[in-house]
Amino acid sequence: MAEREYKTLDANEAVAYVAYRLNEVIAIYPITPSSSMGEWADAWMAENQPNLWGTVPSVVEMQSEGGAAGAVHGALQTGSLTTTFTASQGLLLMIPNMYKIAGELTPTVFHIAARSLAAQALSIFGDHSDVMATRATGWAMLASNSVQEAHDFALIAQAATLESRIPFLHFFDGFRTSSEVNKFEMLTEDDMRAMIDERHIMDHRARALSPEHPVIRGTAQNPDVFFQGRETVNSYYAACPVITQNMMDEFAQLTGRQYKLYEYHGAPDAERVIIVMGSGAETVHETVNYLNARGEKLGVLKVRLYRPFDMKRFIESLPGTTRSIAVLDRTKEPGSAGEPLYVDCVSALYEGLRNGWGQLKAMPEVVGGRYGLSSKEFTPAMVKAVFDNLSQKHPKNHFTVGIIDDVTHTSLDFDPRFSIEPDNVVRAIFYGLGSDGTVGANKNSIKIIGENTPNYAQGYFVYDSKKSGSVTVSHLRFGPNPIRAPYLISSANFVACHQTVFLERYDMLQELEPGGVFLLNTPFGPDDIWDTLPQSMQEALIKKNVKFYIIDADKVARESGMGGRINTVMQVCFFAISGVLPRDQAIEEIKNSIIHTYGKKGEAVVEMNLAAVDRTLEHLFEVQIPTAVTSKIKLLAPVPETAPPFVCNVLGEIIARRGDLLPVSAMPVDGTYPSGTAQWEKRNLASEIPVWDPQVCIQCGKCALVCPHAVIRIKVYEPEVLATAPETFKAVDARDKNWEGLKYTIQVAPEDCTACGICVQVCPAKNKSATALKAINMEPQPPIREQESENWDFFMSIPDIDRRNMKVNTIRQQQVQRPLFEFSGACAGCGETPYIKLMTQLFGDRAVVANATGCSSIYGGNLPTTPWSFNSEGRGPAWSNSLFEDNAEFGLGMRVSLDKQHQFATELLMKLSGEVGEELVKAIVTAPQADEADIYEQRARVAMLKEKLEKLDSGEAKQLLALADVLVKRTVWIIGGDGWAYDIGYGGLDHVLASGRNVNILVLDTEVYSNTGGQMSKSTPRAAVAKFAAGGKPAPKKDLGLMAMTYGNVYVARVAMGAKDEHTLKAFLEAEAYDGPSLIIAYSHCIAHGIDMVLGLESQKAAVDSGQWPLYRYNPELSHQGQNPFILDSRAPKMPVERYLYMENRFKMLTKSSPDVAKELLKLAQEDVDTRWAYYDYLASRPFSNGHNGHKGE
Amino acid sequence: MVDLSTTYLGLKLRTPLVASASPLSEEISTIKHMEDAGASAVVLYSLFEEQIVQDQLDLHHHTTFGTESFAEALTYFPDPATYHVGPEGYLKHIQKAKETVNIPVIASLNGTSLGGWTKFAKQIEEAGADALELNIYYIPTSMDLSGADVEQTYLDILTSVKETVKIPVAVKLSPFFSNMANMAKKLDDAGANGLVLFNRFYQPDIDLELLEVRRHVILSTPQAMRLPLRWIGILYGRIKADMAATSGVHEAEDALKMLMVGASVTMMASILIKNGVDHIRKVETDMVQWLTEHEYESVTQMRGSMSHLKSGNPAAFERAQYIRSVSVLPDKYRKRVY
Repeated sequence: MAEREYKTLDANEAVAYVAYRLNEVIAIYPITPSSSMGEWADAWMAENQPNLWGTVPSVVEMQSEGGAAGAVHGALQTGSLTTTFTASQGLLLMIPNMYKIAGELTPTVFHIAARSLAAQALSIFGDHSDVMATRATGWAMLASNSVQEAHDFALIAQAATLESRIPFLHFFDGFRTSSEVNKFEMLTEDDMRAMIDERHIMDHRARALSPEHPVIRGTAQNPDVFFQGRETVNSYYAACPVITQNMMDEFAQLTGRQYKLYEYHGAPDAERVIIVMGSGAETVHETVNYLNARGEKLGVLKVRLYRPFDMKRFIESLPGTTRSIAVLDRTKEPGSAGEPLYVDCVSALYEGLRNGWGQLKAMPEVVGGRYGLSSKEFTPAMVKAVFDNLSQKHPKNHFTVGIIDDVTHTSLDFDPRFSIEPDNVVRAIFYGLGSDGTVGANKNSIKIIGENTPNYAQGYFVYDSKKSGSVTVSHLRFGPNPIRAPYLISSANFVACHQTVFLERYDMLQELEPGGVFLLNTPFGPDDIWDTLPQSMQEALIKKNVKFYIIDADKVARESGMGGRINTVMQVCFFAISGVLPRDQAIEEIKNSIIHTYGKKGEAVVEMNLAAVDRTLEHLFEVQIPTAVTSKIKLLAPVPETAPPFVCNVLGEIIARRGDLLPVSAMPVDGTYPSGTAQWEKRNLASEIPVWDPQVCIQCGKCALVCPHAVIRIKVYEPEVLATAPETFKAVDARDKNWEGLKYTIQVAPEDCTACGICVQVCPAKNKSATALKAINMEPQPPIREQESENWDFFMSIPDIDRRNMKVNTIRQQQVQRPLFEFSGACAGCGETPYIKLMTQLFGDRAVVANATGCSSIYGGNLPTTPWSFNSEGRGPAWSNSLFEDNAEFGLGMRVSLDKQHQFATELLMKLSGEVGEELVKAIVTAPQADEADIYEQRARVAMLKEKLEKLDSGEAKQLLALADVLVKRTVWIIGGDGWAYDIGYGGLDHVLASGRNVNILVLDTEVYSNTGGQMSKSTPRAAVAKFAAGGKPAPKKDLGLMAMTYGNVYVARVAMGAKDEHTLKAFLEAEAYDGPSLIIAYSHCIAHGIDMVLGLESQKAAVDSGQWPLYRYNPELSHQGQNPFILDSRAPKMPVERYLYMENRFKMLTKSSPDVAKELLKLAQEDVDTRWAYYDYLASRPFSNGHNGHKGE
Repeated sequence: MVDLSTTYLGLKLRTPLVASASPLSEEISTIKHMEDAGASAVVLYSLFEEQIVQDQLDLHHHTTFGTESFAEALTYFPDPATYHVGPEGYLKHIQKAKETVNIPVIASLNGTSLGGWTKFAKQIEEAGADALELNIYYIPTSMDLSGADVEQTYLDILTSVKETVKIPVAVKLSPFFSNMANMAKKLDDAGANGLVLFNRFYQPDIDLELLEVRRHVILSTPQAMRLPLRWIGILYGRIKADMAATSGVHEAEDALKMLMVGASVTMMASILIKNGVDHIRKVETDMVQWLTEHEYESVTQMRGSMSHLKSGNPAAFERAQYIRSVSVLPDKYRKRVY
């Protein structure tokens, strides 16, 4: 057998490695957690890496997974070896094509990182609900359980599909397998050549559509023959399992790894057997070994080929001694007779016994259960609980395991302390922040150990759902044997805390076993550290007899030029004290790895990291643990006690990382959650916060406008309010003439700020004695946290100004409006959230929001808390996320529904005018509702109406009472990113624009798929580097606004708050006021642009000044008045586009990766600007006619 | 026919008109245009070590910032197999320039570390540059750094580079030394093949409306030539190194004056940016006309004729020059001075 290389990679890369080599066309679309398979393929294509046959595959990004499936179908029909990668909703979008591809007996493999489907909520994590939804399509379904298997099965599936002509869905567990880094043996290209029979490829080519031998495929058939046609494929399905097993046998000959379609492992005389598919099988496998070694007779049957389900082989693989079986499904089918694998197994057992297949003589007890939904942990303790259930006289059926179901009592109890971790495995947990590089360092450590020592290594990384200040937890195992442990470490012998702030929030030592090592990054020295630790930590350190080490990694990193990235420093500490490798060897390997990893980025980067390595050990100290607990410091409560009960009892537990312990009864039944909850999650991320200097301030309101997290607020109020103000509360006279005699305060929420600094950057007022200072300046947070929290609470208690008494068309006054979108989990300095916040200030108290899946749905709607909030009257935006692709339609549905209800309510009103009063009815029906005063009055009328209706007993009165609120004007906002608006949702968006309905569409245009990690969209500008455009995007940006304008009745505005904020405000007001579809395309700077986020507004300004992002408004109202509806609101470009582009890494990095291409694309980008400007200029200055009143302007 | 030829850094040049380091040389086609317009040599724009280092750190920062933080977006950029983050682009540019033009190509280097100066100098030599100009661009702001230390830094850089490369090395320096003549002598002793007088620094300005310090690139004016004119005049004949006059050389008259005080070549940039590269041809034509009219045979004949050593009026280059220049100020300025 050939010598093969070992690698430590995740399954996505391991699978893509094989799929890329075995295909010619790859159609892709990003979706978590499968995106990186497509990214790898695209990157390899950009590097001109050939496939097995020496040609570079064509990787093409489509507008949706539906599009990808269509492209795959076409490529297959014309004879290319073709594949795609997807997950979850993406797979659902492929289903129609999957039926076709299977019906036409077309060989292909789709690789799926299996993921939950959105039901009561979206989840990006892993289970089998997506793949199970495709089980009727006629595809073979092959499950792999580990990184090694995923790599191997990518090849086996390809070989089997080519011979069988049945298309294969190859799937593995999203995140748990797709993103687990594990050491495995790589296949060689010779292995692939040996497995792929070229004759089958030739057959595939021969079946291809060709005008040289034309056929038609895809006919329509009638009742006479369709049925018979459908039955023609039976023999192919019968042959498929045989072929697949043969391929597995052949594979075993090559590699020594023997797989079975239905693979039994355990005692030959097992009485209790678990049947399972996916990574959970690994856990059952190891637990069976553990328990059998202790005298049990247990087994596991791993289902690898789920479709076609070979009942005979399946039943033949079960020991004849089997008395009870638990079938585990990682999916839920509400209302079914059982989950799919369970139902199939029961059916197979019934048929098998009737036919006398296998060794079973009698029907065993069979129960089914659900586990692991949305990557819920599935541990040996749970496996044991399932086996224990099978020992019961009447085992629980249709059970759940891993949760506490206190409602329908389906759950099995398990003992979380049960562990099967072997002693010879190093188990290490690292708590870090996303920004400190912890995960990267750990991935690097795994590679060092996995690829430079005989040891095996495994890494799995847990992230939270915040995009700023996110906590990462790395789980690393190292040991002499292959590691089959697809679950988190619950008993660690090494724990590292990379950020001191975690100490006051989480129990860091919970998982540390007695005698284990604890490493802490802290600014304190070995003599001072003890007194800074929380009481519970001191207790645990003493009780567990912990070996305790500290390092000031931030200092070492800073002095080495690494800034806040302490990754290398902490990595050195880990190797120095964990003893995984001899210290000198480890440091040598780290240095080699630094040179290998960073070498291509230049010597400066390498030297910086090497310096950090050299400086680390002298700062690493072991702390002698005192014998007595001295601390009085308690862990912080996750939310204040004053929070509402649901926030304390449910959301607070999730914040405290105890969500796994919440029972079913704690959860809302239909996915409905209260809004306004982010205010309770005090994250204290900022080491510095902005502090207002009222003497310098000109009260322009810009700082509040641009604040992405709504932590800067303005209030104008009566002076008497200050009587009870805290001592340090700041207030000055309001400068605006309309507010004469009132007081003015800008207040910062100290515990919610993310320290992005954009407010300081935008502030136009400078201190006349020291121009470095402005009217708002960053100062250290800890010394003023308490005082400013008190000020914040007082500030929030001040009544909001009457909305009728402000001019909303000037930023200064408008910014006094209360934001109803606050403290989101968006990136620090996010360019999207200020637009959403502005919308909520202006219209939030009467807004319904349809939000496309993406960044905005995650920072807007990912548990535990939501930034969508409400005002002092309890009114606020009502928000929902349907899907990614359907958001425009979703919003239109809301509009149609509200219009219908308004119409019905009006009809009822007219009918009831006698009872409620004609004058009131008339006032309600004819109310203009054009401004805040109108709305206020209408609300008063509707309140009066409701009061009257309460007293009426008729059915119509009751109907109207239920609908009366809709008589106050509702505004529908359809919000999403460019991936939605330009690509996947464009068809729907176009339709909604054409509908003429009064909806407001806000496109937060970051020019890439930001949420999935920066993949190219059709909004991506020419010359930008993005994933799927690694070599620079060759085509220009789609002009969505121009396309929308062609309807003539759509309000369109292109805005950039950082360039002209008053213009943005005007566009929002006009869009909402326009009684028809409105489209606002908002430049949103983004972390995916490769900019310093504090300079995001500078980027916006440069984009406008260079002509890359012209500002305009197209207002159909003007055309009704005989005026040109198109107004170009920015001036002619005043600088070359190069100056803007090269402010951003997305453009600049092309000059480093492909300098010649960069030069060429830059030239074309400038031409784009010039051409676009000339055209817009023409549109703005052309003689205009609306068709009724002749030419104007001539 | 007047002989315009000259020798600079050991390079035989057709005329004393050289294009000095500027963004104009970023395009190969412009370098070719310079040659066609009569430039006898071209000094390329500077390779800045600081820029290279900063670019590397920026690239690293922006390709790692925000990564490994959020499960759906573990990175935000593709990771190409290779980057061109070193001086490759500049070196390739030298090679291309050499392939394209026949006139000597002089590279320009600004380093930040001794190792950087020598490493890049070596690479520049290997890329085929005919000579190297050290663009020592340095504003000391530390109160603890003595003038002697600053001078030593210049000498260390020159010595290290000279030890590393065989091609001729010129030093472009600022006039801000306590004794420029002494500094020139030290550089001469340390082996400089040429001195380029003088470097012009960006000068800060204040934006009164925005209350910001601004750095503008201001093109040189003809008045700027007085400073190099003086120091070339003073140094001519007293050092071995060739001297290149730069700053304020715009027209033939300016070039002639510089040659008369002792410059081997005169360098132009600002005027080429302002008037276009073809301006070189005009200067040459005018120069030939003047020389012809005044019956000069060659520029060699005139070189140094008006220098401190040979002008017969050395005091004019010294303090007396100041008194005289004040005395000829127009009245409106005189008032302000007194």
